[in-house]
Amino acid sequence: MGRPPLRSVLRRVAAGVVVLWVAATTAYLALLAAPGDTVDTLIGDGVDTPQIRADIIAEWGLDRPAVVQYLDYLWRLVHGDLGRSYLLQRPVAEVIGEQLAPTLILSVAAATLGVLLALIIAVVTAGDRRPWLRRLSSGTELLLVSTPSFLIGLVLLSVLSFRFGLFPVAGGADLRALVLPTITLALPIAGLLAQVLRDGVDRALDEPFVLTARSRGLTERVVLARHALRHALLPAVTLAGWLFGTLLGGAVIIEQVFGRPGLGQVTLNAVTSKDMPVVLAVVTLSAAVYVVVNTAADLVSLVIDPRLRRS
Amino acid sequence: MTVTLDGVPAGATFTSTTERAAAATRRRRLRIGLIAAGAYLTVLLVAVLWPAALAPGDPLAADPLNVLAAPDGSHWFGTDNLGRDVWTRVVHGAGHSITIAVAATAVAVTGGVLLGLLAGLSHRIADETLSRTLDALSAFPTLLLAMLFIAITGPGTVSLIIAIGLVTLPRHARVVRGLTQLVRRSGYVEQAVTFGLSRPRLVLRHILPNAIGPIPVLAVIGLGEAVLIAAGLSFLGMGPQPPSPEWGAMLSEGRNYLHIAWWITILPGLAVTATVVSLTVLGRHWQARLDGRHR
Repeated sequence: MGRPPLRSVLRRVAAGVVVLWVAATTAYLALLAAPGDTVDTLIGDGVDTPQIRADIIAEWGLDRPAVVQYLDYLWRLVHGDLGRSYLLQRPVAEVIGEQLAPTLILSVAAATLGVLLALIIAVVTAGDRRPWLRRLSSGTELLLVSTPSFLIGLVLLSVLSFRFGLFPVAGGADLRALVLPTITLALPIAGLLAQVLRDGVDRALDEPFVLTARSRGLTERVVLARHALRHALLPAVTLAGWLFGTLLGGAVIIEQVFGRPGLGQVTLNAVTSKDMPVVLAVVTLSAAVYVVVNTAADLVSLVIDPRLRRS
Repeated sequence: MTVTLDGVPAGATFTSTTERAAAATRRRRLRIGLIAAGAYLTVLLVAVLWPAALAPGDPLAADPLNVLAAPDGSHWFGTDNLGRDVWTRVVHGAGHSITIAVAATAVAVTGGVLLGLLAGLSHRIADETLSRTLDALSAFPTLLLAMLFIAITGPGTVSLIIAIGLVTLPRHARVVRGLTQLVRRSGYVEQAVTFGLSRPRLVLRHILPNAIGPIPVLAVIGLGEAVLIAAGLSFLGMGPQPPSPEWGAMLSEGRNYLHIAWWITILPGLAVTATVVSLTVLGRHWQARLDGRHR
């Protein structure tokens, strides 16, 4: 594994920065496009006098030209200042920071479980060894990616919590409450990843290097795990960005189903009460995570596959 | 993104009779899947166009004496917390859910084809600007971007349609852009240019038809995804408001009775799943046919 040339690394990083900038700008334009006067939103049900309006305009800098406000927004964004919540009158970074941990724990747990499941399923069902198992898992995967994630959660709740009382119905405190949301979020991920991975393993099994490995007397398990699977990982790595998007979007709904605290609750409240700075921050942050993960995945692909370094 | 199922690779030659028999079995099985999907979608189409044929009742008619009744002969899918027949609501709800998904996909396809064509025909700077904007749009998680849009416009059917259309638009645009660039450099387009065809005519008659080849298949698979996103968003209360019998909204309402009456929630949910599975099976089969493969 050689080092990818600096130029192709820089090109990908630059492309990521551009996408991030466009995303932040899109979010800012969305704020401008929101109907209703910002001052009205800020006053809410409070006392409304010309003096108060003037104070608010001065305090939030709303009297400056739009371009200046936009540049100021970008400048603050670069420094990690996400603005202030209209509704809570607190820095958005603080509001999000408080609720980040539960969502992060859920996402990481679900991603781990999902990837593990997909790897196991792909290796066990690849090739032509067990056609019935393969059919079973193909069908299950199709079912999983076609079912709304919250329905999976509701079915699990209905059977495991209400019928058998194995898991708590709601809450986010203890570890037991984490089990069902994690499974719910992990299953669709496992469904899609397993399809992609198995496809890759299948294609790798037709390659000459697998024949070579077999002819060297390696056991089927070693051929699969060490040679074919490694080959199949490349297309899966490019899905990393998609994976994070799914996790974040999915977490919003799943937290709702299981009554868990987290970013989902914050986002939902912000959307329903039009607390735009919070909505924008969540959306921009998720785009940033996506871009970082995707750029990282691109770089990993460069390291894994030297062919990509050309062009 | 296409995920292929196990199939017979292109150009495979069958050497032994057992292999040929295995391929035949596989084809038969896939045909059964296709027939099942087609049958379900036909029933669904009837439910959308003429719901009274499947469920003559009123989806909003409450029956206070018969609340939370389990599924039986008179109420196939049971009744909900107000005594409304769940089967009738699922059937009438198809109209709402499918209309939203179809309209959203139409928005995505129309917008995607226009933007893709524009980007593919433009010179470098315009193309780069459009492509980067599309990249930025797809950097947002679909559900969150749709929520951002709904936060601006407020909940409701129309915002839901536009939001879903907007977030699923980039993939269509990207495919059309790539094909447009390919087609405009091809021999017959160059020849048409030398014949002195006007630019609009060239684009409409020669480039467009050849640049939108994969769009119908993408649209069918995208339709399934639109059903999923719509169900998710209206589950969160951002779509049609109650008492409208939309599937996602029904799931959200029934959730509070999950511990005593699972059928209010789970059965409409299965309608969503069956719809998406059927559309995916259909889309994949079509894709395989286009790829020149028989599965």
